[in-house]
Amino acid sequence: MIRTPLRPLARILKARQTGENPDVIEAENKRVRHEEMRDKSRTRAEGRLLMLGLMFFFAFVAIIGKMGIIASTEPEEPRTALVSNPIINQRANIVDRNGRILATNMDTHALYAQPQMMVDPARAATELAAIFPELDVERLNKDFTGNRKFLWIRRQISPEQMQQVHDIGEPGLLFGPREMRLYPNGPIASHILGGARFGREGVNSAEVIGVAGVEKQFDDYLRDPANEGAPLQLSIDLTIQAAAERVLAGGMMLMNAKGATSILMDVRTGEIISMASLPDFDPNNRPQVLTTGDQSDSPLFNRAVQGVYELGSTFKIFAVAQAMELGLVNPDTMIDTKGPMTWGRFRINDFHNYGPQLTTTDVIVKSSNVGTARIALQIGPERQKSFLETLGFLKPTGVELIEAASGRPLQPKQWSEISTMTISYGHGLSASPLHLAAAYSTIANGGLQVTPTLLKQDHATMGERLISETSADAAVQMLRQVVVRGTASFGEVAGYEVAGKTGTADKPKPTGGYYDDKVIATFASMFPASDPRYVLIVTLDEPVETSGTEPRRTAGWTAVPVAAEMIRRVAPLLGLRPQIEMSSLEGVTLTSN
Amino acid sequence: MRSILYVLSAFAVMALAFWAYRENYATQQQIKEVRSLHTQIGAAHARLNTLEAEWAYLNRPDRLRDLADLNFERLGLLPIMPDAFGRVDQVIYPMPELLPITDAIEVKGTLEGEEPL
Repeated sequence: MIRTPLRPLARILKARQTGENPDVIEAENKRVRHEEMRDKSRTRAEGRLLMLGLMFFFAFVAIIGKMGIIASTEPEEPRTALVSNPIINQRANIVDRNGRILATNMDTHALYAQPQMMVDPARAATELAAIFPELDVERLNKDFTGNRKFLWIRRQISPEQMQQVHDIGEPGLLFGPREMRLYPNGPIASHILGGARFGREGVNSAEVIGVAGVEKQFDDYLRDPANEGAPLQLSIDLTIQAAAERVLAGGMMLMNAKGATSILMDVRTGEIISMASLPDFDPNNRPQVLTTGDQSDSPLFNRAVQGVYELGSTFKIFAVAQAMELGLVNPDTMIDTKGPMTWGRFRINDFHNYGPQLTTTDVIVKSSNVGTARIALQIGPERQKSFLETLGFLKPTGVELIEAASGRPLQPKQWSEISTMTISYGHGLSASPLHLAAAYSTIANGGLQVTPTLLKQDHATMGERLISETSADAAVQMLRQVVVRGTASFGEVAGYEVAGKTGTADKPKPTGGYYDDKVIATFASMFPASDPRYVLIVTLDEPVETSGTEPRRTAGWTAVPVAAEMIRRVAPLLGLRPQIEMSSLEGVTLTSN
Repeated sequence: MRSILYVLSAFAVMALAFWAYRENYATQQQIKEVRSLHTQIGAAHARLNTLEAEWAYLNRPDRLRDLADLNFERLGLLPIMPDAFGRVDQVIYPMPELLPITDAIEVKGTLEGEEPL
């Protein structure tokens, strides 16, 4: 840049010659220079402002543009993120303890119609009625030609039916994908599984929700996507469940019973290995709930959990075990069994007269009501009530079934002395067979409390101690004697040392009082007696055995043979080897004694 | 010197731009592949699920029992019973194999009632 001098020499000299003030020239030049400087800095500042303005403008345009794009595009799943299991079922599977499938999903389709898109509604109606015989042609025709814009035709259709509907070639008939709940084993374990149905339905999907059993109990777990489709593992063993149901169904038929239930429980973990209730149903095609009559007649009724019955003499062992625990009796104490025993206006009788006295063991072996009532009187109402409460007889079982809450035991309003006596032999307190299984497991587990569960457990749970180990062992030995020489002699299964107690209770009439010819026969058993591993409860509803001259209804003739057959079938499946029982050699004294 | 620097940085910018362009397309290609793999995994899951359901249905205890009954003559399958358990000493030792015949003696005889040749 050429810098113009403020006092150019030529002009200054000329001005001096002419007598002008040379400072004017300098001032003039200064002014020009300042003006130039000002113009320059203004242009620069204007340029900067413009630049800044443009930057803001583009920044805003970018932000607005991005917002516009976000607002106007479809949301997209971020697929580049790392996912271990990208596609999972809508509802998790249910598997048994060995991982065999009890409930799973299957892809199927639902059929719906949009009549305004139809070409030939009349033909579509006739063709559809030919494929699905339960559809009414008139009705379809009316729907297709009326004002309706949308209607469901079938919730689920098979692939063959879908192809047939395709072959009609009607553009107004459309399919929506559906996940259908499938129970591949049919009625096996139906009461445990419950069932499922469609919840809210859309064209492209429908939610599947549980309606009963574990399906409803674990509905949230099964539908939780966070589990990534991890199956729900139950403690049930499918093979054993199937075998138990088959034996039970056979026994129910032979004994002419109207219902039956069996529960097999592992006494160490409280796992329910099998739980059957007959009559049963197919969860794939769940029957309707009864709207009239007694719910317990419905096949949906789970007798093992919901059915509360007076379980009869099976309760006697609790009174005896408690008395032994309290030190009131020991297995050889003589108990007065002279009958009938009168208490106020009540008379307590035995099935037979067992003479004036029996040992405590024989009270159980011969199932003497009078003897048990006398023992219960020694215990007293408060102690009996609190003991039965710790065994779980006064509240619903906590098993993981939605129906468990409805299996609330019925107890007397006032726990008087007469209640104490009747409850000691199983009358006056109604409980479900599962209650009984849990309580027998406690005795079989050496007196440690057992909580029944339907979920597979990894290790044995140590419950609270309710009875000392010696009392529990003594009780198990008494129960063993019942099978060896008592009322449950049909229960002997070679090699499995079955121990148990029979119970026959008259059914109460709805009008009050008891039926003479309707009983609930129960056999509560555990095996092997030397080291009990499993508890099996078999209950038959209104059984009658007619092979003899007169009908026999006692549990010893009805429930016990069924239970024995069940143990024979199920114990090998449980992996139990039959043990050869050593009889004590007469005249030989072991040096260790 | 300065101009060489300018040229070099211009080349560097071009090279980086080319690299970024390629990376961009490579990434998009990978995303596309992952997407198609996900679709395949989904289809495989659905297939596996159907197969498992079929397997469970074909192995349902009722059907197996009926099949065992139908084929009893051929298979002889029975429900496992307590007597199926054995003891170790009930298992027989393997039979000793016959030794090879080394010094065979030719024997000739006649059947009873047969005329000697």
